[in-house]
Amino acid sequence: MNRATPLKNLDLELTRFQGRLKVGGTFVALLAIALLARAFYLQVVQHEYYTQRAESNRISLVPTAPYRGLILDRKDRILAENYSAYTLELKRGHIQDLEATLAEVGGLVEITPGQLRRFRRLLSESHEFETVPLKSKLTDEEVAILAANRYRLPGVEVKARLFRNYQAGPGMAHVVGFIGRINDRDLTRLREEGRDRNYKGSAHIGKTGLEQSYETLLHGRTGFDQMETEASGRVVRMLSRIPPVPGKDLRLHLDAELQAVAEHAFGNYRGGLVAIDPQTGGVLALVSKPGFDPNLFVDGIDPETWKELNESPARPMVNRVLRGIYPPGSTIKPFMALAALELGLRKSSDTIVDPGYFTLPNSRHQYRDWKSGGHGIVNLRKSISQSCDVYYYQLAADMGVDRMHDYLAQFGLGEKTGIDLDGESPGLLPSRDWKQRRWNKPWYPGETVIAGIGQGYNLATPLQLATATAMLANGGKRIEPRLVQAVRDPLTHVWQPLPGVVRGQLAINPANLEVVRQGMMDVLRPGGTAAAAAAGAPYTMAGKTGTAQVVGIKQGERYKEDQVARQNRDHALFMAYAPAENPTIAVAVMVENGGHGGSTAAPIARAVFDFYLTGKRPGNMKLEASSAAD
Amino acid sequence: MPQTSSWIVRRLKHLDGILLTLVLLLLGISLAVVASASGQSPARISGHLVNMGLALGLMIVMANVPPHLLSKVGPPLYAAGLVLLVGVALFGEVRNGSRRWMNLGILAFQPSELLKLALPLMLAWYFQRNEGVLRARHFMVGGALLLVPFLLILRQPDLGTALMIGASGFYLLFFAGLPWKVMLGGAVLGTASLPIVWGLMHDYQQRRVLTLLDPTSDPLGDGYHIIQSTIAIGSGGLFGKGWMQGTQNQLDFIPERTTDFIYAVFGEEFGYLGVMILVGLYLAIVARGLVIAGRAPTLFGRLIAASLSLILFTYVFVNMGMVSGILPVVGVPLPLMSYGGTALITLLLGVGILMSVASHRQLNKT
Repeated sequence: MNRATPLKNLDLELTRFQGRLKVGGTFVALLAIALLARAFYLQVVQHEYYTQRAESNRISLVPTAPYRGLILDRKDRILAENYSAYTLELKRGHIQDLEATLAEVGGLVEITPGQLRRFRRLLSESHEFETVPLKSKLTDEEVAILAANRYRLPGVEVKARLFRNYQAGPGMAHVVGFIGRINDRDLTRLREEGRDRNYKGSAHIGKTGLEQSYETLLHGRTGFDQMETEASGRVVRMLSRIPPVPGKDLRLHLDAELQAVAEHAFGNYRGGLVAIDPQTGGVLALVSKPGFDPNLFVDGIDPETWKELNESPARPMVNRVLRGIYPPGSTIKPFMALAALELGLRKSSDTIVDPGYFTLPNSRHQYRDWKSGGHGIVNLRKSISQSCDVYYYQLAADMGVDRMHDYLAQFGLGEKTGIDLDGESPGLLPSRDWKQRRWNKPWYPGETVIAGIGQGYNLATPLQLATATAMLANGGKRIEPRLVQAVRDPLTHVWQPLPGVVRGQLAINPANLEVVRQGMMDVLRPGGTAAAAAAGAPYTMAGKTGTAQVVGIKQGERYKEDQVARQNRDHALFMAYAPAENPTIAVAVMVENGGHGGSTAAPIARAVFDFYLTGKRPGNMKLEASSAAD
Repeated sequence: MPQTSSWIVRRLKHLDGILLTLVLLLLGISLAVVASASGQSPARISGHLVNMGLALGLMIVMANVPPHLLSKVGPPLYAAGLVLLVGVALFGEVRNGSRRWMNLGILAFQPSELLKLALPLMLAWYFQRNEGVLRARHFMVGGALLLVPFLLILRQPDLGTALMIGASGFYLLFFAGLPWKVMLGGAVLGTASLPIVWGLMHDYQQRRVLTLLDPTSDPLGDGYHIIQSTIAIGSGGLFGKGWMQGTQNQLDFIPERTTDFIYAVFGEEFGYLGVMILVGLYLAIVARGLVIAGRAPTLFGRLIAASLSLILFTYVFVNMGMVSGILPVVGVPLPLMSYGGTALITLLLGVGILMSVASHRQLNKT
């Protein structure tokens, strides 16, 4: 019995063990199925996804920034170029104590307070992983010192970088503009336009001027090196390479020497000048004074210098040619005269008697002529040469504001000219409709009267005046001003011309135009308002002076230049073209607080014409100013 | 000379042909993968070969030890293991934040490794002794024998090893006939105690579990291992990228790739086809082990063979599950594949025991 039970138990245990073996085997099989199922999921179902993950682990794209295109003047003088230099850069993510590092670096190379301020501003705008430049254009000695101390300065790097240099100086700043570091706003815009990939290796982007408006051409295409990298980031080998495509070079219509002459002619005056070829619309010179040094902006400007520039009463950052809007004043008269002839409101032989003032019927308000006592008997030609206000008060009243608007609009007033620069102002050409929309008020007859001499609501940029003048010079061809005449592919070295844009042809009776032109030529002949400016010129000029009021003159008062503080003096205007018989250049000049157009603005135009047509430089112009761009 | 050679032949007769073939196949694969994963490092490869030679030698020795002698080794080995565990707890070296190493002057080793064999041997010896008269109290004693080393290792802390040793003890109790209702009760109790266990877990263990559930939550820290190993396996596809061609492997994206994460290298370079073959080889070893267990003449032989077979596959499952991202990272090497002497020796000693049980069948019966 004692022996039987264990035996029976033994059999039982054996069967139970065999059963448990099966359970164990099944258990193992289930575990194996789980493993194989997981492997199947990873390797078959999700294979594509994991392959992609492995590839992006393995391959890193290293962008190569393209070489930015050059900007050259019409004679291929360099206005904007690249150079490579060493910069001292800090990588915040790798620096524990920033202040200690800055102090340490400052002990090795000289860091100016301005550089430090700029660094801190850039730092506040950058991300943790970005490198921020502290000092650029290191000397060889500085590079050597920093390299020798690199081991104890983690996060401090010396990098070779491409820089932009604007050697043409402040006078060209408003044309060429400048590039600056890509900021968050630029980045957002690039993303929206889907262009951000092309900027992977770039630190800079055009911010103003041609650098901005021709950014796409100048920048070129970023290249990418496909690198196989280890987990640590060490590059194992290059897999493929898409080389960068350099940006295109730009050749301008602009002549750097002419620009320098014009700038010099301004003397100490502020203002703007633009000269265009009336046949092509090519911009020969574009001066906005004062200028500024665009090189300050390339690698980030320090906040104080920026504040100084931005808050200066001289407003050096404003491009007066594009954005300065002034009442066109008397410069509007030739267009009014042409309108009168074309609309049949006046014949060239019609005369008025100017008593020195004009009154509307049923009104006692006197609209005064600039010349007290008036100009006497005035015909159309004389109305231009002597700038008779009363003639145009009467004409405007007869024409009405809407016809005035419609005719002048054909010369591009109140509308952007379409120049290849950003930020242009459309100016203002008023009409009844405009006033209703803008101010919700009716138009008053008196407003028409002063609009006739370019005052009141009228506003125009020097650029608009120049293009309108060009239309008088070329017989009504409405051209868009253009700075760039050709682009060069850096690989083929072939210049491809950029054709100008003609917006239309205004039909003008040649006889009518001739009368107006004669009037404008009279302006520069003895008895004309700018006669002195033309004295001794070996070519014929045609032009018109103008004055833009800065402060209003009360009824019954007179404007006396010597009694008005300089900043309240009128802006002097002058528009002209030459040679009168066969015009090759049209100019608009605005001299801020210059007083009379004939005495300050016209001589500047003369200097430009002289140089452009005869090659003569102003006598007192130093050679270095003209050779600055060579 | 003829005498010596016949002695050698007699010793080799105890080797199980099937198991030996399977083991050598796996070791061959292991050598190839370790070579690839180490960038053909001569030191690694020769070290691996030395480990293999040593472990295979010990396996042959073990295969020649008759089971009845083996069973007698159980209790002293177990006792020595416990003493060492206590010793480690008191004087052990701390490495990587855990006290699990015993420095014996010339060599440092983990006593917990000893328990991987000592515990099953001890339990098998105990149940053999009480064969035929098994009562509930025998299972309670068995449970206690299991729990003591389990808890000692758990507080080192070494969760992975503790669970593996706990599992090996449990398999033995299971094959010895642990009633289903006890297991069911234990499972219910275990599930209920999960929150308490969670509270007892170390931070790093909790983090490991959490990153397992969502590896992307810590892609540069704990999750990195799992993310990179699943990428490696997944990118291997059906046929793999080829030997030495795995980019995740060659470019250093897989961490610990000759040891715990060797499966990621294998999966990347040999694909799903390779994985099926690998799992198939393990299954074949387990199947052979279970057959040996089924044919074993003694209870000791049956229990030790069956539980060692199951525990081998448990290692496989835990390692491959961890590397492919379905189990927490617990630091268990892949049997017969991972580089590392101690684990290989322990495993081949186990295989040696299986061979001993297989080859001493007739001897015992007569």
